[in-house]
Amino acid sequence: MAFNYDAYLRVEKMPTLWCWGCGDGVILKATIRAIKKMGWDMDEVCVISGIGCSGRFSSYIDCNTIHTTHGRTIAYATGVKLANPHAKVIVVAGDGDGLAIGGNHTIHGCRRNIDMNFILINNFIYGLTNSQTSPTTPQGMWTVSQKAGNIDPTFDACKLAIGAGASFVARESMLDPKKLEKVLVKGFQHKGFSFMDILSNCHINLGRKNKMVSAMDNLKWIDGITLPLKKWEALSEEEQLNIFPTGVLRQVEQDEYTEMYAKIIASHRDGAPKITQDDFKKKI
Amino acid sequence: MREVISTGNQLAAKAAVEAGAMFFGGYPITPSSEIMHESSDMLPAVGGTCIQMEDEIAGISAALGASMTGVKSFTATSGPGISLKAEQIGLGFIAEIPLVIINVMRGGPSTGLPTRVSQADIGQAQYPTHGDYASITLCAGSLTECYTETVRAFNLAETYMTPVFMLLDETIGHMHGKAEIPDLEEIQANNVTRATNYCEPADYLPYDAEMNKPAVLNPMFKGYKYHVTGLHHGPTGFPSEDAYQCEFNIERLVGKINTVHLENNGLDDLPDYEEVDLEDAEVCIIAYGSIALGAYEAVQKLRAEGIKAGLFRPIMIWPSPINRLEEIGAKFKDKILVTELNMGQYSREIERIIKRNDFTKLLKANGRPIAPAEMVAKVKEMM
Repeated sequence: MAFNYDAYLRVEKMPTLWCWGCGDGVILKATIRAIKKMGWDMDEVCVISGIGCSGRFSSYIDCNTIHTTHGRTIAYATGVKLANPHAKVIVVAGDGDGLAIGGNHTIHGCRRNIDMNFILINNFIYGLTNSQTSPTTPQGMWTVSQKAGNIDPTFDACKLAIGAGASFVARESMLDPKKLEKVLVKGFQHKGFSFMDILSNCHINLGRKNKMVSAMDNLKWIDGITLPLKKWEALSEEEQLNIFPTGVLRQVEQDEYTEMYAKIIASHRDGAPKITQDDFKKKI
Repeated sequence: MREVISTGNQLAAKAAVEAGAMFFGGYPITPSSEIMHESSDMLPAVGGTCIQMEDEIAGISAALGASMTGVKSFTATSGPGISLKAEQIGLGFIAEIPLVIINVMRGGPSTGLPTRVSQADIGQAQYPTHGDYASITLCAGSLTECYTETVRAFNLAETYMTPVFMLLDETIGHMHGKAEIPDLEEIQANNVTRATNYCEPADYLPYDAEMNKPAVLNPMFKGYKYHVTGLHHGPTGFPSEDAYQCEFNIERLVGKINTVHLENNGLDDLPDYEEVDLEDAEVCIIAYGSIALGAYEAVQKLRAEGIKAGLFRPIMIWPSPINRLEEIGAKFKDKILVTELNMGQYSREIERIIKRNDFTKLLKANGRPIAPAEMVAKVKEMM
């Protein structure tokens, strides 16, 4: 039987605002299938989005949804989750949202390890506002704010997340929806902050000016710059330079913040012992 | 009544928790940090959460996020922090999210005078962010009011579904002394719980509010799956650019506070101002916040010298007590002294209301308070 997306969508909001052939729809569908796999009750799910094309993600999915300001998604989600530790929190942000204006919140979200799922829809451009440079726009590409070619060095979102201490870091593209769904499920299952860098296409506002006129051209380009982690590791350093590894890049068990905060509450309310340095393996 | 020995900042935190707040998100800033310090002990003690975020923006964002789910929340900061929080305050206004924002005022602009007193955020509290909306702003004039007015701020926020500013200034925030505050039972009996619409989830329209009425936002995770956005929205909560709808939204956001305040002569049953010896007075001093403490003394000194002085002290700064200020303007003519720690931010409001500028101002913006003797001397010049 075909998967019934309608049970998870606000069907009256269809069609979406997204352009014909946009990857955001593929990511939306994969997210819905992953939620179904997890068996989550939609009354318990909260989807929080920022500003840009990805910001509209929250209005299409039928659960508790919050469309916040540019870049602040993780901070809002922190309030939602700490005040409601039972909630299943999914944060959706774009590369501008998560890596530029909201970069600080991404760093500290990764560091705190609150149990939430951060889906970074990374399409390498500010699409909604007509092609300004984003932190992931490859050098040399045309953007409307750098018409002679982008000279800003690019950002590896997963390296940032690993550096900031995220306990689950994965990258996948929307090229293979089944694979994407699997990675999302792994992230949703992980207890702690799950950082998922999901590469997507914007043939309209990135592709057309950069020799990727159609959605297919843009997808082929993404295919050419990604390789599963195992295969990527076999490449020479020089070859690795222009390829992003995909799959789960890091997964470790780490104290989860709402569980640690429950101990703070217990020490204030029930006389449970205060937390000391001895409670942590890593002391500095 | 309870008698406590405390500081203004500590009393504001105590009030928040006793008003039912269960979440604080903030960032350290002088002179408000003690509110976070207190909250970090008091909130977990009642099962709530206090989190120090990575910046001012994240502090208010977390607090708004918690409040969006139905949990009473607050943040505390000083002027520079409000500047950083401005965009999120706007989301609070348009999405009708209750939030108490405590601002312990210090000298500005920019880093200004971090450890010194000021009342220069009066204008900022009225229009903290872009767009059209109406602000509710309370200002504590004593240690007791740091407690009672903070409780009131929570009740107003939950009643009118809006961010509410609670203004302290550095002097009153750090003042340490004895204060009488109401019993906990009395406070809890009057705590406002956010309205809920118990309709069928399929029929629920969170923003289907009549003109001048607030939205009814049900707690999240209870089966009412709805959408909150900073975009203009219709009754469903989903984005709308319909011209009629957008106009209605703005008129309602402003009207639910300003029109209601004017028509009902207040937003609640509590006093919007205090008057001291005003009935037989020939000269009226207008002062608020910590400066009013000096004004009480100035009134006594002037009366001892045979000048019948009185004090008008606004407690609710925005919306301002328009009707009463009009009466005062008509009664005292040019025998009005407005004294405040800024370049005349509240004086401008008085000028707007009484439609005259023939009154006297005693202003200071150098981080120092205004002494009673200065007020006495100024009044003598006027007489």
